[in-house]
Amino acid sequence: MAESKTDKDSFIRDENGVILPIIENFYRFCGQRKLMGVKCSKCHAVMWPPRAKCGKCFGYNFEWVEFQGKGELITYTIIHFPPTQFQALAPYAVGIVKLTEGPQLPGMIRYVKLEDLRIGLKLQVDFESTIPKDWPRWPRYFFKALN
Amino acid sequence: MAKPIASIVSAGISKFGVREGLYTRELFAEAAKDAFDQCPNLNPRRDVKALFVGMMSDSYEHQAHVAPLFLDWIGLTPIPAFRTEAACASSSVAMRSALFAIASGMYDVVLVGGVEKMTHVSTTGVTEILAMASDFPFEQWHGISFPGIFGMMAVDHMHRYGTTEEQMAKVAVKNHDHGVLNPKAHFQKRITVDEVLTSRPVAWPLKLYDCCPRSDGASCLVMTSPEIARRFTDTPVNVIGSGQAQDTLSLFDRENFSSMKVTRIAAGQAYKRAGVGPADIDVAELHDCFTIAEIIAYEDLGFCEQGKGGRLIDEGVTHLGGKLPTNTSGGLKAKGHPVGATGTAQACEIYLQLTNQAGRRQVAGAEVGLTENVGGSASTGVVQIYKRGD
Repeated sequence: MAESKTDKDSFIRDENGVILPIIENFYRFCGQRKLMGVKCSKCHAVMWPPRAKCGKCFGYNFEWVEFQGKGELITYTIIHFPPTQFQALAPYAVGIVKLTEGPQLPGMIRYVKLEDLRIGLKLQVDFESTIPKDWPRWPRYFFKALN
Repeated sequence: MAKPIASIVSAGISKFGVREGLYTRELFAEAAKDAFDQCPNLNPRRDVKALFVGMMSDSYEHQAHVAPLFLDWIGLTPIPAFRTEAACASSSVAMRSALFAIASGMYDVVLVGGVEKMTHVSTTGVTEILAMASDFPFEQWHGISFPGIFGMMAVDHMHRYGTTEEQMAKVAVKNHDHGVLNPKAHFQKRITVDEVLTSRPVAWPLKLYDCCPRSDGASCLVMTSPEIARRFTDTPVNVIGSGQAQDTLSLFDRENFSSMKVTRIAAGQAYKRAGVGPADIDVAELHDCFTIAEIIAYEDLGFCEQGKGGRLIDEGVTHLGGKLPTNTSGGLKAKGHPVGATGTAQACEIYLQLTNQAGRRQVAGAEVGLTENVGGSASTGVVQIYKRGD
């Protein structure tokens, strides 16, 4: 891990070179097509999104873990009236997906016919290949039907 | 029943709706004037010691630092003014701040209110400003609007309990029925279940008529310590219970999307402090930003069992004339939802009901009232209980 803190494409690290458990790094992992969460070093609870304190034991040391990105749709809605930047996509589906590892992730559900949406639908993560030019430079993850 | 925390001695509300050309400060002044006019024993410049005001967003008018601005516009500088922000629960949190100020003995008479001016901004612009109260990197970033968040709650409720779109539509129909009786309401026209069901989809299963409108408006209360309330009125309304709780900002991390934990916790606190239970409530103002939210509120407040909220609306229990009328003002749905004004507007309606001033929508003999106000996806929840002063 020879990346320095100033490398353009590097992660945000602490003084020991550890990738900080922060949202920016979550999205930088998305840019590498990896869906990541964090595991508390003390109680081993797996959490998403990454944060500074473990919600279970109040520990504050984490290691990154990669999710398989597979899960089940636990609720959803079809947005017909979106915020401006999403207007070209409407109507589109968004939902909450419970990953096999436990965490629940919100996101867009793409390449699934709207009439096929149902609770319990098996989904898997995928990633947009474009990274926005301006802040926030976060490549989006989304969900699609499990192959 | 418990001894009062504070008393409401007057309430004022602006006309809600499209208020072209009026700014928040002017709407707020309209509500304050209404409250002052109805309380001739109050000398605002002499008696009022502080202002607490809720407003959600600086973006609508490009205006921040509004507490001194509103104070100036009602002629009450230099008393201290405090602005609170908790999305749609902004002025309920202002009201709780006022309760603390009064209960601490710091101030004996305070003005509490809320305001929002929204209709000059386009619907998509309003959608975006409201969405700021959701989680930016994980909700807004993925195209999840506020109707979308409540749409996901509705889908969960339908799946879990068999709640129907028709039952949700009945909430809108009821609140429009009530709005017809409120001259200050944004909408004063009846709608039918069929009109709701065939209105254009916003965030399925929520359709346009399941959603509250964007509105302009302000509301205001004069609150005092219970000991001096009768200096100002013969008919004070006492706040006897108050609760507040917080949950995650975003919806996705919750165990249950069909129930609002904040409402259950806040209600528990308020009922306990007040020494009353759900069966003692005569009239309630509930947070029907979307129709599903009123159904969920019935359940979380203990008006019915979990999952039976749809049946409660079917049975007409919450319609005027029913056993427990809710949203006699028209609710957020018909009265309108100028976000920051809503919390204290709910309290205004309960004040009118408990002082027998609610006109054609009066609940006969109402003595105990309740307000339930949530912010965001129910990340903030406030429940307060009121009793007519004896």
